[in-house]
Amino acid sequence: MSVTKSDVEYVADLARLSFKEEEKEELIGNLNVILGYVDKLNELDTDSVDITVNPYYVENKFREDVVEKSMPLKEVIDNSPQNIEEYVVVPKIIE
Amino acid sequence: MDLYKKTAHEIKELIENKEVKAKEVADTFIKRIQEKNEDLGVFLYVDEEGAKLKSEEVDKKVGNGEKLKGLSGVPIAIKDNINVSGMQNTCASKILQGYKAPYDASVIKNIKNADGVILGKVNLDEFAMGSTTENSGIQLTRNPWDRTKVPGGSSGGSAASVAAMMSPLAIGTDTGGSVRQPASLCGVVGLKPTYGRVSRYGVVAFGSTLDQVGTFARDVEDCALLTETLAGLDKNDFTTADKNVPDYKKSLTKDIRGKRIGIPKEYFGEGLNTDVRKAVDEAILVFKENGAEIIPCSLPLTDYALAAYYIISSAEASSNLARFDGVRYGYRSKEYTNSLDLYTKSRSEGFGKEVKRRIMLGTYVLSAGYYDAYYKKALKVRTLIKNDFLESFKNFDAILSPTSPTTAFNIGEKVNDILAMYLSDVYTVPVNIAGIPAISVPCGLSGGLPIGLQLMGNYFREDTLFNLAYSYEQSTSWHKITYEEGGRK
Repeated sequence: MSVTKSDVEYVADLARLSFKEEEKEELIGNLNVILGYVDKLNELDTDSVDITVNPYYVENKFREDVVEKSMPLKEVIDNSPQNIEEYVVVPKIIE
Repeated sequence: MDLYKKTAHEIKELIENKEVKAKEVADTFIKRIQEKNEDLGVFLYVDEEGAKLKSEEVDKKVGNGEKLKGLSGVPIAIKDNINVSGMQNTCASKILQGYKAPYDASVIKNIKNADGVILGKVNLDEFAMGSTTENSGIQLTRNPWDRTKVPGGSSGGSAASVAAMMSPLAIGTDTGGSVRQPASLCGVVGLKPTYGRVSRYGVVAFGSTLDQVGTFARDVEDCALLTETLAGLDKNDFTTADKNVPDYKKSLTKDIRGKRIGIPKEYFGEGLNTDVRKAVDEAILVFKENGAEIIPCSLPLTDYALAAYYIISSAEASSNLARFDGVRYGYRSKEYTNSLDLYTKSRSEGFGKEVKRRIMLGTYVLSAGYYDAYYKKALKVRTLIKNDFLESFKNFDAILSPTSPTTAFNIGEKVNDILAMYLSDVYTVPVNIAGIPAISVPCGLSGGLPIGLQLMGNYFREDTLFNLAYSYEQSTSWHKITYEEGGRK
């Protein structure tokens, strides 16, 4: 499998990123180098092996649903690049 | 003797015994930061006012005869991807410019509750992605031992802050070696605790099944002290384990008789620098003299860990970094036509090159048609690597290796060779894949640059690592040499 320009454009769209033409060329090269390296995993037979997601299994924990003080709204809202009162300003989505 | 040259436990004792005021200590380190920072580029934010207030609070406690908690006014530097209320948290990225943390990470709460004095925030590779701190979108950090060399990464600022004695303690994060590798390259002690030992609440996520908060110090005793302060169950992070935190101080003995240490041949193969090998071989003799049994062993899957790591970490990063979209915080592009354009432009302008590369790799391996071939395959290999370690720990108390195949390399040397850069983490990555703890301690110098050795332990056996590392340290003097005596400046 080798990464092509259309792969890069497709994945960039999924990742909400855009690239200039020369950046795309560089990414094609980079991704092929890295994927070429990770191909070595295919030397290992893993057909009967289970996956590990969390390295150390921790039993689900439950806690009482206690109401706690939230973070100060102003400090949170002030972090957004554009805001009015207690709202974050974004472009219109519904026409 | 100059106060800045003292270790954390020495400072702690001086403050507790009223021989020096916490304020005086804080002032000393703030002054030291002001003297060194322009040259070394370690701190991104210095909280002079906060350090003053907190240290005065500690002094007031001492004045009132109150008993101080664990850190007793000792100053600490924080990697700039860990939220400290009221401070910036840039992750060394343009995309988080302007962000001000509205809350404390759980580890920060622990530090504050333990009477620790926070000095400020230190540099890193953008979103902790890198091995040299050169990927910082803000500034270059230099290795105090040699200004032309990298400090390692991604927690390069944390390691350099302790090595340059701008802070006696620091915390960082370790996803694939980001605490141990810079600790090794800067000649300080660095621990990556077991996955689940320390809370990640309030720490900006990179690879959620790999990330751990780690500790930096000048010696093992300080490292144990800080780790004990941070460790334990946290109701805000359900991946933390409900396991008792031992009194690590009890592990600080020279006696390691009967301890079995495995030496895996795969960590001493091609690519290992001769001087590093020699230093680690000499260190092994010290462990033997102190009573440990040294046994050659094999971890045959070592070579595959790095490949699995780059798939898993990039996949998780691509998902974790989806939240940076220019809406709720950080950078927003100036020109956009609609919401989609706002996300795409803000992300493309806000993220740096390496971060975008990893998001692309991660999105690719998770995309339809490739998920099984790459991501699922890597998770299966993860099981094999984990089993490899579990098998080993039936026979050994610890496994010993070099931390990094080389000493600190030149600034700019590997920036254009991504594979060479990734390979500098080859000895540290397997630990994160398995989720076990590991510590790096100074074990030599080569041409004025520090060498580190790594001890890997079984799940939640940080106590064993401290015991072994302390025993080694007591028999050697590498940890006592600072860059001022041993470095090339």
